[in-house]
Parts: sequence; structure tokens; C-alpha cells
Amino acid sequence: MTVLSHARKEVLIRRILAGAAGCSLLFLALIMVFLFMEGLPVFSIVGVKDFFLGFAWYPTSDPPEFGIFPLIVGSVAVTAVSSAIAIPLGVMTAAWLTEIAPKTVRRIVKPVIELLAALPSVVVGFFGMVIMAPALQNWLHADTGLNLFNAGLMLAFMSVPTICSIAEDALHAVPVSLREASLALGATRWETTVRVVVPAAFSGIGTACMLGMSRSIGETMVVLMVAGGAGIVPHSLFDPVRPMPAAIAAEMAEASFRGEHYHALFAIGMVLFLFTLAFNIVAGQIAEKNRQALD
Amino acid sequence: MFFKSTVPGRLTRQSVMFSFLSLAACINMFALFSVCTFLLWNGLPAISWEFLTQPPAKAMTEGGIWPCIVGTALLSLGALAVSFPLSVASAVYLHEYAGRSRFAQYIRLGVNNLAGVPSIVFGLFGMSFFVIHCGLGISLLSGILTLAVLTLPVIIGTAEEALRQVPTTYREASLALGATQIQTIARVVLPAALPGMLTGAILGLARAAGETAAIMFTAAVFFTKKDVDSLFSPVMALSNHMYVLATSGTEIVKTMPLQYGTALVLIALVLGMNLLAILIRDRLQNKKW
Repeated sequence: MTVLSHARKEVLIRRILAGAAGCSLLFLALIMVFLFMEGLPVFSIVGVKDFFLGFAWYPTSDPPEFGIFPLIVGSVAVTAVSSAIAIPLGVMTAAWLTEIAPKTVRRIVKPVIELLAALPSVVVGFFGMVIMAPALQNWLHADTGLNLFNAGLMLAFMSVPTICSIAEDALHAVPVSLREASLALGATRWETTVRVVVPAAFSGIGTACMLGMSRSIGETMVVLMVAGGAGIVPHSLFDPVRPMPAAIAAEMAEASFRGEHYHALFAIGMVLFLFTLAFNIVAGQIAEKNRQALD
Repeated sequence: MFFKSTVPGRLTRQSVMFSFLSLAACINMFALFSVCTFLLWNGLPAISWEFLTQPPAKAMTEGGIWPCIVGTALLSLGALAVSFPLSVASAVYLHEYAGRSRFAQYIRLGVNNLAGVPSIVFGLFGMSFFVIHCGLGISLLSGILTLAVLTLPVIIGTAEEALRQVPTTYREASLALGATQIQTIARVVLPAALPGMLTGAILGLARAAGETAAIMFTAAVFFTKKDVDSLFSPVMALSNHMYVLATSGTEIVKTMPLQYGTALVLIALVLGMNLLAILIRDRLQNKKW
């Protein structure tokens, strides 16, 4: 083969590879296009303000009402509960892994936490339904075991591994010299951890938290199975809620094709997509800043 | 903390705080342990040869889950067959060619954001694009394609990591011997990175097998009498089967053993694959390049 044809082949293959890499971008764009195409028509039926701030979600009554405020509140509430549990737990576990755990223990615990991330969400939801829900009813005398708290707890289950493994990477990346300097000045290991290591890894931990929250807000099966499904603004930790993903998953099957309800559900998908996009962009920004600071 | 400035005080404080951190780690271990024990305890009695190899019977209240196992296997293997080549090509482009170019940065941004898209949104997208727009209907193929898009970022991430692990000296040696870049990639870099990429493939497979929301509107049905005979027939899947049995079956109490059994099979499948991936990765980390 001549040198020239080699060069041509190189260019061709490079282009094919670039095309394959472009697929991810293409799919992200397609997801947006199709969500917006099917979602935006809802605004010809309800006003933008009524859609986002309306208190009544009665998609099947006559006339139907499409106010998603209770659904947004439901999503934000379960995410808040889950973060309140998962962030301290995840970050503390990460700190334990990098600062305290002996190497051999660490080699076992880390994969176990990763396995936790792999639990299928439908199984976690099932666990919440058959174990947590009756337990909450019996111990705390809640009206229903399928509620905001249960959903938050199960979501925390699922976001701890995300938070923990990213925070662990960040803590691990802190140079040993910083720790040694602090210890040499007479600080205890705990003081070193809290005042030197954690502040140095702060932005990495921030990224971890954002991604954990993004995972919570977008998780579907858990909230579909254990959140209780009532489309109301909750007043207590033990009220049932209907977060956005649950509404989509539960109602899509019964919505008539390209009817008002169908478009409304796609519009919810759109809102959900924008929420997670925002979380991811913020996480990316924090990570980017961190990298520049390290460089 | 002026009131703790004595050395014994500071050390006590340290041991108290450290035990809190250990407690946090224990809680996580306990969570996984309790879910697994609970499923094993309740699920094992339901598992039998018939349960694994028979179709459901008597209006889903008896019988087995064989069609669901087949469906889940077809969906996740199919998704992998589509997304693995695509992901490896993307990773090779990103790592071996593009570096930090603008186009590569956009692609990385795209991959990162694709990883954050909720699975229900993938479900909506799959329904509107593959099922309706492309006219594939609720079918195995729609499910495979939806899951393929969903697993792309997982596999691209690990594949790129695997390429990063291959020492630069390998590439330099090959190029110095007169090989072109393509030859270097195909005969030196890829073979060296392959085991690492395999980890990603297994993780992607596990992710696809455990997924429910993305296949609810694109591929899965609760019951079909027909065997899967083409890419265009709807399929039953373990995850969807579990969800429907647990929430909207007419005989929720009566089917409890079936639910536990299905959950156990699903979790054994997914955790087993993840464990395999972890073991492979562990061996690779100990490997000396």
C-alpha cells in the first residue's frame, strides 16, 4: 500500500470515529427536540403561569386542570429529605475511607458501596413498599407508610454511593504534603481532616452533592412505588406526595396519544430534564473551577 | 475551640468524631446487607426449577418467570451490542485523537449531561422518537435502542479510563517502529485497553438489565402469550414484571412469593454482573504495565 492511501485511510477512519463520538451529542439534542416538540403544545391549553403555579393537578376531570406546582414541590421535597440524609452520610463515609480506614478494610468497603449504587431502583422501591412502609405505620403511627419520608429515605439509599465515591476521589486527591504539614504543626488527625483536607476538597465534595441531588430528583421507580402518589402540597414529613417522575410514569399509559394530558406529561418531562440539566451544569462548573485551581 | 485546647481533650474529640465517621460507613454496609438478606430470606423459598423455566400461569398468580428472563437478557445484550462499539469508537476519538479540542469539549459536555438525564426522560424520548416517530412500535428494538442511548455515557466513561491507563510509551514505541496511528490504535492500544473496556461493558449491561422506567413505554408489556420471535415483538422483562406485580396486580398478596422470587433473580443478576466487573477491575489495578 502506498503512503498516500495510508494517509487517506487515516483521515477516513478519523472521521468515522468523530461521527461515532458525535452520536452522544446528537442523542442529547434529539432528546431535547422531542421533549419540547411534544411538551410545548400544552401551553396552548393552559397559560405558562397556571401550569407552573397552579395548585390543581386533575388531568382526567372535565374540564381537566394542569397545575404542576404540587408535583414540583413533591420532587423538591423528596430531594431535600434524601439530601439531608445522604449528603452527611456519603461525605462522612468518604472521609472515613480516605482518612481512617486501613487499606485492607478499604478494599472491601469501597466495592460494597459501589454495589449499593447498582441496586435496581425497582428493587429498592419494592423494599420500601413491603418493609419500610409497614414499619413506619407501626412505629410512627403515620396515616400511610407510603409517604415523603419513606421516599426520601429510599432515595438516600440510592444517592449515597454517588456522593460517596465522587467525594472520596476529591478527598483522595488532596496532596499528602498538606496533611503532613498540618500534623507537623501539632494538629490531631481529626483537626487535619476537618480544617485542612475537607476545605481543600470542598469543590469536589460540592460536585458530589450536586450529582447526588440530580440522581434523587430524576429517580422514577422509587417515588412511583413509595411516595404515596397524592398530588398535594405536603404539610408534614409523613404526607404522601406525587413527584414529577411518578406522575409521568403512572399516567402516561392512560393518556390518549397527543391529547392534552399527553402533552402535559411531556411538559413535566421537560421541566424535569431542565432541573437535572441545571444540577449537572452547576456540578460541572464546580468541577471545572476545581481543576483550574489545582492546575 | 478554646475549651478543648488540652491535648487529652483534643484526642477525645478526635476519637468521638472518628467513631461517627465509622458509624456512617457501617450504616451503608448495613443497608446493602439488610436489603440482600431480606430478599434472600424471602426470595429463596420461591425459587425452583419450575419458577425459572416456566411461563406465568393462572392469570399471573402462579407459574414462573422464564419469558421475563429471556426478555431482560435480549434487551440488555441487544443494548450492549449497539452501544459498545459506538462507545469504544467515541472513547478512542476523545482520547487518541481529539484531546482538548473544542469539538471534544462539546462531546464531553454532551456525554456528562446525557449521564444525568433521568431514566423516565429516556423513556419519554424512546416513546416519542423510536416508538412513534420511527414507527418501531412497542417492541424489543425500541427498548434496545432506548437502553443503548442510556448506557452510552457509562461505557464511554470506562472505555476512556481504560485508554488512559495504557502507558504513552506503548504508543510511542509503536509509532517509532513506523506504524501509523491507526495501526498503533488497532494493534497496540486497543488490545491493551480491552480488559478495562470489558468492565464498562459489564456495568452497562447491568445498568440496562435493572432499568424499568426507560422500557415501560418502549418495550415491556406485563403479559404476552407469544414468544419473542422478532425484533418487533413486545417483550416481558424482569424489572417491569416486578413493578406491575407489586403495584397493580389484582392479587398483590397472593403473588407475594412471585414478587420476592423475581426480585431475587433480578438482584442476583445485576449484583452478580457488578461483582464480576469489580473483580476484573481489581485484577487490572494490580497489573504492572
